[in-house]
Amino acid sequence: MAKIKGSIVVNIEKCKGCEVCMVSCPTGTIAMAKEVNGKGYYYAFPANPELCIGCANCAMVCPDGVITVYKTKI
Amino acid sequence: MAVVTGIKEIIKPENLVYKKTNIMTENILSYCPGCGHGTAHRILAEIIEEEGLQSEAIGVSPVGCSVLLYNYLDIDWQEAAHGRAPAVATAIKRLMPEKFVFTYQGDGDLAAIGTAETIHACNRGENIMIIFINNGIYGMTGGQMAPTTLPGMKSSTSPYGRDVKTMGNPLKMTDIVATLPGSYYVTRQSVHTPANVKKTKKAIRKAVRYQKLDKGTCLIEIVSNCPSGWKMTPVQSNKWMEENMFPYYPLGDLKTPVE
Repeated sequence: MAKIKGSIVVNIEKCKGCEVCMVSCPTGTIAMAKEVNGKGYYYAFPANPELCIGCANCAMVCPDGVITVYKTKI
Repeated sequence: MAVVTGIKEIIKPENLVYKKTNIMTENILSYCPGCGHGTAHRILAEIIEEEGLQSEAIGVSPVGCSVLLYNYLDIDWQEAAHGRAPAVATAIKRLMPEKFVFTYQGDGDLAAIGTAETIHACNRGENIMIIFINNGIYGMTGGQMAPTTLPGMKSSTSPYGRDVKTMGNPLKMTDIVATLPGSYYVTRQSVHTPANVKKTKKAIRKAVRYQKLDKGTCLIEIVSNCPSGWKMTPVQSNKWMEENMFPYYPLGDLKTPVE
């Protein structure tokens, strides 16, 4: 069976660290960084990138539109 | 642009699933972290792009948190006096009936100072779309009590909770508009989960199509959060909204067209 793999790109300088994406992620791919961005927010980042399925849930709920999603079958 | 990425091999243009639409400008949104306004803006921008309305759309921005909306969506805008967006939109639509005209208003704008304009525009059945963001509070000015504040809900001007005996009952504007003969499509949605975002997007798309068909006023209420005004984290505020706002403001269509 073909496996679906996804990948996200987070624009960290625009992220405000609201954690809404982290809660909406069904696979636990996203976590909040330990360091802050230029504005002082703990930005979201793909902590477990191999778990991503490219469902785009995170991008859909992100209020600041900082997440871009890619997906492929392998 | 500073970015962090997942698996790099997958990041190719042909694998793209979701990207911020180009109608949203590169300006950083002025909203607090986790505010529903940002999501509402984005889905509105997506609909405008998908329906090919960038050169036709004219928005009327309100007074409130979303007053700077004209900096974020790359379409034509008109600023209205506080609460008077439906009246201004009426004029724009009557003068330029081929344009797509909408207003984007918060609850302090639409349900408090602009009650008369909203009700009369809807009652006349003006062919406009109204997007109503309801977070039960005056977010911009520091979380004062709004007409839509829930009974017992704390705000900076009702620190012991809203007492309906002295402060009156919450106003369900969307329910009122649904009873008016001029309104065509009235619905209440939210944008806090992916499923709700999809439903709201569908509702906005319907309203856009109805305006093209000259059907009448479409009002879309989006029940939203105000993490700063409610003094909660964004995730907590979304949960609080589900538990407290939704029983009072139930989601779903309030008036659907009879075909």
